[in-house]
Amino acid sequence: MESGPARELKITPIRNGTVIDHIPEGLALEVLRIVGGGRLGRDSTVSIALHVRSAKQEWKDILKVENVEISDRAANAIALLAPSATISIIREYTVREKHPVSLPDRIDGILRCPNLECITNQAEPVESSFEVIHQRPIRLRCRYCDELVTNFLPQLP
Amino acid sequence: MRLAGRDLVAIEDLDRPVIEELLDSARSLIPAAEGTAAPRTLEGKLVAMAFLEPSTRTRLSFEAAVQRLGGRCVTIADPAATSIRKGETLSDTIRMISSYSDALVLRHPNSGAARLAADLSDRPVINAGDGSHQHPTQTLTDLAAIREAHGTLSGLRIVVLGDLKYGRAVHSLIWALALFGNEIVLTSPPSLRLPESARHRLRALGARVQEEPELSRALAGADILYVTRIQRERFPDETEYRKVAGSYRIDRTTLDAVGPGLRVLHPLPRLGEIAPEVDRTPHALYFRQAFLGVPVRMALLQAILGEGG
Repeated sequence: MESGPARELKITPIRNGTVIDHIPEGLALEVLRIVGGGRLGRDSTVSIALHVRSAKQEWKDILKVENVEISDRAANAIALLAPSATISIIREYTVREKHPVSLPDRIDGILRCPNLECITNQAEPVESSFEVIHQRPIRLRCRYCDELVTNFLPQLP
Repeated sequence: MRLAGRDLVAIEDLDRPVIEELLDSARSLIPAAEGTAAPRTLEGKLVAMAFLEPSTRTRLSFEAAVQRLGGRCVTIADPAATSIRKGETLSDTIRMISSYSDALVLRHPNSGAARLAADLSDRPVINAGDGSHQHPTQTLTDLAAIREAHGTLSGLRIVVLGDLKYGRAVHSLIWALALFGNEIVLTSPPSLRLPESARHRLRALGARVQEEPELSRALAGADILYVTRIQRERFPDETEYRKVAGSYRIDRTTLDAVGPGLRVLHPLPRLGEIAPEVDRTPHALYFRQAFLGVPVRMALLQAILGEGG
């Protein structure tokens, strides 16, 4: 039942946009928040497939966002939640770029600092900025107030 | 010195040799801080003091430091009298002030404000306290007092008492104490323990840190007792503050059992943490510590701005 044609029916190809595959099962909605979630316009149809059988890992989620090529900074931030994910940029039904996500040294503008007193949480024209100080488990430190972040989900927009 | 033109945002910006050089320089500047010598190393320099949160010692000692070295200051001492009151952002304020001066000394109620200012300013920025984050020039002052009292900055047993959660002076100090290889004993009410972010930095240094909630045990064999005020202005609500207000107090009885070499430091202002009777004991070092803020800040300004910098 999990053979190729059946899967095609569930997740149709997109003409232009981004496909994020190999998301750990159950995390697609959080990945969508990193991609832009509620800020995406009507041109960007979003398809989410949860609990998809995978050859590489037992179960996975897949996210497709039409007409949006996600930014490098969003792609990098996905590594916080889904280090095994792959990102494909699709143009005219063809995969133009495909790469695994990789955690950068810095995560800028994606997460909120959990310290409410941090200058990045005030009415200042400045975006958040975290240094990755530890890879496994991932630990981030706010470049402004030094707050340590180990739990990312509450800090997503 | 390697500090010429640089910012001082966090105590980690300084390594051991630089801290030692600064303290040596501060010691040699004591006569100038007392007014018995008049070096002119900041002649022609204008330093902006942006104190966007109340301050007595830090602002006055910075202003005294600049003027004792022949420089001049422009000062915001009361944010209520500026365009910040009209809603101007810190970012705009910083860009403007940095274009008016050769260096900027900033105090601000929010953590991380000094890093933001340093990112935006073309001129060196000195953090004079940002929220509950850091207060690196207080730490340099504390180290100067410790070295003057004990002749060393290493191998001491140092008890840090009080508000370790919100106290920015503590957050800078313990890192420096660890850097110099001291034994750090933390004593605080349970709700005011050192935050995990600060613990993490200490662990990365391989610091010797222990927590001892019982002050009498913490003081056994101690060389320094560093007392802090509970930072009422940083509490999210008054009820939480009241639960811990007045939970510790140092008086003559506390000090009866300690060794004669123990010295008591406090970044000041104090509320009731240290009884006035302690002032007359040989243990009290906090007023000397407050004075040392002037030569220490002279040394720092000279290193960042001066001709020999």
